[in-house]
Amino acid sequence: MVEESGVVPASAPTIPPFTREQELTAFRDMLLIRRFEEKAGQLYGMGVIGGFCHLYIGQEAVVVGVKMAARDGDQFTTSYRDHGHMLASGMEPRRVMAELAGKRGGYSKGKGGSMHMFSREANFYGGHGIVGAPAPIGAGVAFANAYRGDGRVSLTFFGEGASNQGQVYEAFNMAALWKLPVVFIVENNRYAMGTEISRASAQIDFSKRGAAFAIPGKQIDGMDVRIVKATADEAIAWCRNGNGPYLIEAQTYRYRGHSMSDPAKYRSKEEVQKMREEHDPIEQVRARLIADGVSEDELKKIDANARKIVAEAADFATADKEPDPSELWTDVLA
Amino acid sequence: MTVNVLMPALSPTMEQGKLAKWLKSEGDAVKAGDVIAEIETDKATMEVEAVDEGVLTRILVPGGTENVAVNTPIAVIAEEGEEVADTADHAPVDRVGEEDKAQKQAEAAPSARGQTAPQDQPGEANKAQTKAAVEAATPAPKATSVAEQPSPRVAPEVPEGTTMVSMTMREALRDAMAEEMRRDPSVFVIGEEVAEYQGAYKVTQGLLQEFGARRVVDTPITEYGFAGVGVGAAFAGLRPIVEFMTFNFSMQAIDHIVNSAAKTLYMSGGQINCPIVFRGPNGAAARVAAQHSQDYSAWYSQVPGLIVISPSNASDAKGLLKAAIRNDNPVVFLENEILYGKTSEVPALEDFVLPIGKARIARPGKDVTLVSFSIGMTYALQAAEQLAKEGIDAEVIDLRTLRPMDTATIIESVKKTGRCVAIEEGWPQCGISAEIAMRVQQEAFDYLDAPVLRVTGKDTPMPYAANLEKLALPSVADVVTAAKAVLYRS
Repeated sequence: MVEESGVVPASAPTIPPFTREQELTAFRDMLLIRRFEEKAGQLYGMGVIGGFCHLYIGQEAVVVGVKMAARDGDQFTTSYRDHGHMLASGMEPRRVMAELAGKRGGYSKGKGGSMHMFSREANFYGGHGIVGAPAPIGAGVAFANAYRGDGRVSLTFFGEGASNQGQVYEAFNMAALWKLPVVFIVENNRYAMGTEISRASAQIDFSKRGAAFAIPGKQIDGMDVRIVKATADEAIAWCRNGNGPYLIEAQTYRYRGHSMSDPAKYRSKEEVQKMREEHDPIEQVRARLIADGVSEDELKKIDANARKIVAEAADFATADKEPDPSELWTDVLA
Repeated sequence: MTVNVLMPALSPTMEQGKLAKWLKSEGDAVKAGDVIAEIETDKATMEVEAVDEGVLTRILVPGGTENVAVNTPIAVIAEEGEEVADTADHAPVDRVGEEDKAQKQAEAAPSARGQTAPQDQPGEANKAQTKAAVEAATPAPKATSVAEQPSPRVAPEVPEGTTMVSMTMREALRDAMAEEMRRDPSVFVIGEEVAEYQGAYKVTQGLLQEFGARRVVDTPITEYGFAGVGVGAAFAGLRPIVEFMTFNFSMQAIDHIVNSAAKTLYMSGGQINCPIVFRGPNGAAARVAAQHSQDYSAWYSQVPGLIVISPSNASDAKGLLKAAIRNDNPVVFLENEILYGKTSEVPALEDFVLPIGKARIARPGKDVTLVSFSIGMTYALQAAEQLAKEGIDAEVIDLRTLRPMDTATIIESVKKTGRCVAIEEGWPQCGISAEIAMRVQQEAFDYLDAPVLRVTGKDTPMPYAANLEKLALPSVADVVTAAKAVLYRS
């Protein structure tokens, strides 16, 4: 069942097909993230959003595929490229956008911003500004699941750049030692800020990074939401059955710079263009839906709906007030 | 040639121990490496090996003897056929004498406290009597070469007439954790050697046996990782007690203590709190040098979102650790290895919880205010005794909680005395004393009759050499000198 550090090529013939319903769900959820991020980029340019803002455009299939495999109550934890994870967790777009804008209606009342956002309700545990932090924190959430024996699985995301932080391996070791129900998902978008993987990592097969702890790992095409979903199904079942952690390396790509202030001069325009044209996760689903007989109109409606939700979110965020000055002093201590 | 077998030290801070039993008898032949006896402290049991070949000609300290000082000759090994003279060197320790001395100290203590009790507190004499009765009924405190921490004055948070029991800070901390674990199934302990080994400093002794491996969790040597795991578990609603073998190793984990534990409530707009206790010994132990002797009081006290507690005696340790475990915030609980073995009076209450953020007036006075915490209280209280002999009546404040700091108690005292000395083992720059001095000058400037002085650890890494280590730490004499300086007395 589990291929230890096995490489599954993008063209693997065993891609489990989606039902039309699943394809539509994936399309809708990924498109919402895409449109949301495009809008966030615009609002950043307008000065509505400040500071650091890391867009998820291009990587949508990873979180959406994992979400489709998750059960209610499973928890999500990630680092700061987190808007997609929040939307996939079911958090309200308007409140996420308001947080990006530093407004009182945001999930953190405007005090966390793009990089630090949480929702107890949606089981979303951050939104962490330290890139490797999700690994032990996600393992800790899994520790609580195991402690309670509640059958939940902690879905823990971080980048391939974060994979070079020591705390990731400290977390791997304990998760394996204690058989914690945690799926570690390395979103390998090939660039840790401006550093291409081969310049930073001695072992660029990140699915092997758990091998020293006997954590089963799988390297997959993270641009194909069906593969992500199928692998996450397997990984989550593995965890839920008490076998301990599982490591997925989802090979993906971000179209934008590391953050809004990154001109991305470390890679060619052609490289980006090629990924967009040949591997775009949303276009792949669109093509399959069209081939399956879904009309362009129906897909346009889905897109229009995503744009509407995002426009409303932007309006809400723009119009919303900044936090009351008294909020400076609240929530320091419980 | 005869060789004396000496009572060994099992740890840097051990001063005495119990000679549990002899595994060899007088007249037995031994060779180097043979286990000849077992030694026990409150922390550990260890075997004593023969260091030379010969015959165990004489056992100087019988099995079962308590409180045998380190370096006391406990046996003699001689070459075969050799005569052993019964020299003074080999004389057994005068156990009876030691106990007698300890008993006398215990008997003298309540009356001494009675004399220092202020007249306007009619309950004080009663309390002293209660204490005397309890002390008579409990074993005499162990005699050590370092003076015992004077027992805290019975605080107002303890109802009058409460029975007090003597216990070490180590036992008090253990009891606090055990009581809270019985009370709340979401409380668990995690750290290096906390379970099977029973705690590197035996603070978690017995917890594994009572609560099992699910709730008393041994970790690998992985401070950054298990601090993060603790934080994640706390986010998800458990109440972890994370033990650092010493706080020196918390520097590995400080990112999770500060970035993850302290800030998340704020960053989440009040949604995700982190009910976690990071605890363990902090500051200098004895002869463990620079990388094992740092005081983190000032470091953690600087961080909004953290509560920082550092108790000086068993009673405060118990009441405040229970409060810390119940608190919904991350708490850094700074203990002190040298204080672990010190005995003091703890109220025998079913549920003794102290308020966080309240200082304690450990000794009332009117001439000068001495403010300290943790092991610094040892210097402060001893200095106050000395000053009293010279007619100077010092008020001694034990902060107990460093963040939030009980400024009001300090200011109230300084308004009365007009003079203040702050004492800590930590480094001077940006230290707790610096903070105290700032607050005093800001809020009681008009009441000050002299600049605030501080007595701190020296501004150097901790040296190993015994003489240099002593110089690097504050001393009672330093405190006495500083107190006289602010009083313009020599």
